[in-house]
Amino acid sequence: MKRPEPVQIVKQRRDAALQHLVAGIPYVNFLGVEFDRRGDELTAVMPYKEELIGNPLLPALHGGATAAFLEIAAIIELSWASLWQDIETGASSPDEIETMPIRLPKTIDFTIDYLRSGLPRDAYARAKIVRSGRRYASVHVEGWQDNRSRLFVQATGHFLMPSKDE
Amino acid sequence: MTKVPEDKRFNIARVFIESLPHAKALGMELVEIGSSTAAIRMPYIEKLIGDPETKVIHGGAVSALMDTCCGTAVMMQEKAQRGTATLDLRIDYMRSATPGQAITARAECYNITRSVAFVRAVATDDDTDRPVAMATGAFTV
Repeated sequence: MKRPEPVQIVKQRRDAALQHLVAGIPYVNFLGVEFDRRGDELTAVMPYKEELIGNPLLPALHGGATAAFLEIAAIIELSWASLWQDIETGASSPDEIETMPIRLPKTIDFTIDYLRSGLPRDAYARAKIVRSGRRYASVHVEGWQDNRSRLFVQATGHFLMPSKDE
Repeated sequence: MTKVPEDKRFNIARVFIESLPHAKALGMELVEIGSSTAAIRMPYIEKLIGDPETKVIHGGAVSALMDTCCGTAVMMQEKAQRGTATLDLRIDYMRSATPGQAITARAECYNITRSVAFVRAVATDDDTDRPVAMATGAFTV
């Protein structure tokens, strides 16, 4: 039987793939969104900054910034899930992963349900792929701030997956 | 009951949009205002790119534009002058916006009750015959 790979090698490959996926998207950097990884589970983090405010009187996060944050979480989750096989089998080395062209899924529609106003604090989101076919995927995203069980926003979206053979 | 005078509307809406840090960060600019409509323009800025391969603006930036524009249309209603918040917003992305072109959203608040305002919006780039995205939303009053 093959010996399991050293944990550092596995982690290095996973982090390189995630980094490559996220770092190239200017809008993700503009909003300051980061990703926290535990195994294959991703949590999107949007650290609070004044630029994200939509209602200066309350103050509350802009609904658009929140929507964008959840859409980013959904798109990255989908791309991450499709890369996972390559990362785990070691089919691609970290160097190969870093130069791999990324073809992102395209949003078909996105529906955001604002449950309470976003506080001027860090926000977190996790996306769940409800169904993923060859061409279309349906994703549900939950967003929260201080308490995981008290969602401030949730969203559902449909995405067009990039074709694999092109 | 008093309505917002037409000549003051544009300034009120412009000041409102300028007071939103996130709208400012995205470079949003008021183009037009009516008694229940609003049009807002967002320039093409490289930091808003969502796909580095195609250089297309991120859908999230379009969402922010749609949300701001719908909210502004609601604010023009006398019932909602004390402010509004998004309850729900659905966005359909019909095609990729052309890189290099500004995106303009036009929203209309087509119905308002004592507690809810219903809004729809269309976003276009230079090719105004083929919308980039459409939105429908419900806002608090």
